Amino acid sequence: MKTITFSEALGEAILEEMQRDDTIFTYGEDIAKQGGIFGAYKSLLGKFPNRIFDTPISEEAIYGSALGAALVGMRPMVEFHFSDFLFTGIQSITLQIEKIRYMTGGQGKLHLLLRGPDGVSNSAAAQHSESIETIFMHIPGIKIIIPSTPYDIKGMIKTSLRSDDPIICFEHKSLYSQKGEVPEEEYLIPLGKADIKKEGKDITVVTISRMVHESLKAANELVKDGIDLEIIDLRTLLPWDKETVIKSVQKTNRLIIAHETWRRAGWGAEIASTIQEEAFDSLDAPIIRIGAYNVPMPFSSVLQNFVTPDKQNIITAAKKMMGEM
Amino acid sequence: MQKIRKFEQAAEQLFLEGKLPGFIHLYIGEEAIAAGVMATLNKNDYITSTHRGHGHMIAKGGDINLMMAELFGKTTGYCKGKGGSMHIADFSVGVLGANGVVGGGLPIAIGAGLGIKIKETSQVAIAFFGDGAANTGAFHESLNFASIFRLPVVFINENNQYASTAKKQETTSVENISDRAISYSIPGVTIDGNNVLAVYEAAKEAVERARDKGGPTLIEAKTYRLKGHFVGDPTKYREQTEVNNFWGKEPINIFEKQLINWEILNQKEINNINERLDNQILEAIKFAENSPEPLPEEALTDLFVDDTGYDY
Repeated sequence: MKTITFSEALGEAILEEMQRDDTIFTYGEDIAKQGGIFGAYKSLLGKFPNRIFDTPISEEAIYGSALGAALVGMRPMVEFHFSDFLFTGIQSITLQIEKIRYMTGGQGKLHLLLRGPDGVSNSAAAQHSESIETIFMHIPGIKIIIPSTPYDIKGMIKTSLRSDDPIICFEHKSLYSQKGEVPEEEYLIPLGKADIKKEGKDITVVTISRMVHESLKAANELVKDGIDLEIIDLRTLLPWDKETVIKSVQKTNRLIIAHETWRRAGWGAEIASTIQEEAFDSLDAPIIRIGAYNVPMPFSSVLQNFVTPDKQNIITAAKKMMGEM
Repeated sequence: MQKIRKFEQAAEQLFLEGKLPGFIHLYIGEEAIAAGVMATLNKNDYITSTHRGHGHMIAKGGDINLMMAELFGKTTGYCKGKGGSMHIADFSVGVLGANGVVGGGLPIAIGAGLGIKIKETSQVAIAFFGDGAANTGAFHESLNFASIFRLPVVFINENNQYASTAKKQETTSVENISDRAISYSIPGVTIDGNNVLAVYEAAKEAVERARDKGGPTLIEAKTYRLKGHFVGDPTKYREQTEVNNFWGKEPINIFEKQLINWEILNQKEINNINERLDNQILEAIKFAENSPEPLPEEALTDLFVDDTGYDY
């Protein structure tokens, strides 16, 4: 094992896969010369000059061209600058990438990967802070991964670069500098498999990304209150690991879903609905969803911190659920 | 050209008889562009098409039986009944799809161009698009992108004078759409899109330049949409006299006369070709009508390669 950052693990995944497969190429804004705005390409500077390059700020062309390149046999990986800017090229994703295989009756393989930063960071404000994964869960046609650790990002990016389906990967800005253990030897992590980050007996917390770490902090603090959380990191949102969640709820009989994206119609609602449909008899309490307040992300850190969920929301919800508040 | 014309006439008739669902956008009057461009391409070259895409598909070597079956929504169709007229594709002959989004094919074509450039083959990618698409962001992004990376892409603008119901003169800032090439430092040329030989010559030059790593070209082929935007369009936005005038300039009649004058074909040979094509179209309709409807459950196939993602 070695201890490296999330960024470094991501860079290792890209490098290893590009060395293995010369149909992989990667492009986006500010990656080839600058190393990516959050440093994911720093370890790749100067490598593969024909297969790593910067583009104009033309998101519709960037995302749409990934589709065209995949159809002619390449494996493009695009870095979107900020998840917010998926909207500036959205038709290429929602109307083209997500539909072309289905509407052509299964012709072609769309081995392409869109990845980049999302989530709240220090006063980035409303157009640089969004978590918009739910939208892609709602519109059929692209798989979604949201790794939360260096180990997961490396293994899941490597798997994604070998997949024959389109995948979008969201990487929380606060994670890039976080360190974690990564094996020296090669490994892959299958998509669609959740990771139980902490076993517990009282409440299941289903979460992803930054909120995994907030959930773990909450679990530590709740020990003194005698509340034992089980933390499930879904890691893949489409397809999500329903079996693991149901099994956990059958044990704990309580469920909290914690995400950073807006609470209203966030993906937590989908999970909650599915669990009440399929494991209603296991539930001893109403399911609680935690998400951001339903406003654009404000600039002031006071306002931003109020809108954004963190460990305290999980602690409060857990205590309420256990009848302590 | 004549095969496209007859296919389109049959599609129009079948739609009016209530046999075809959805929308049908006819290529009647624009056949010289698809025929002229495709004559310069190899099977392994790529094209992206438009919502008015039947002509591109036929000219690139598409199978009209599978096309007709798709118009009927049958399971034997190109898309197994999942796409219909606006989404017909045959990746095996390089057609990366018709497209229901105006301008939607342009980014896909430059992506094919990127792939070709990185693989270092001598293929080319052609983006067909209309005068309406020339006003989309996708057009401007794609031409700039193709220019800076010198991609082997040829942009073929089919200027049929109307973006749905809107006249080109009223919606577009330039007299010639090819004038926009100068903004992207690429060659731009306007040609008579109803003259198949002029189309061929212009496309040949642009395709050769692209194969020789000379970068992209914008060709504006001026033509006229002799039918409405879609079958059933009440066409209240133009005068019938205008349409009648352009019927006198439609490409097939012009080319037939040339072929007879040059003694390349005589009327009897032309009649034989027409008879053969009529039979092919009848066969395609028969194939489509005799094909089975999809089973309802087939809606839950073809999403992902690993066949997941239908439930949760």
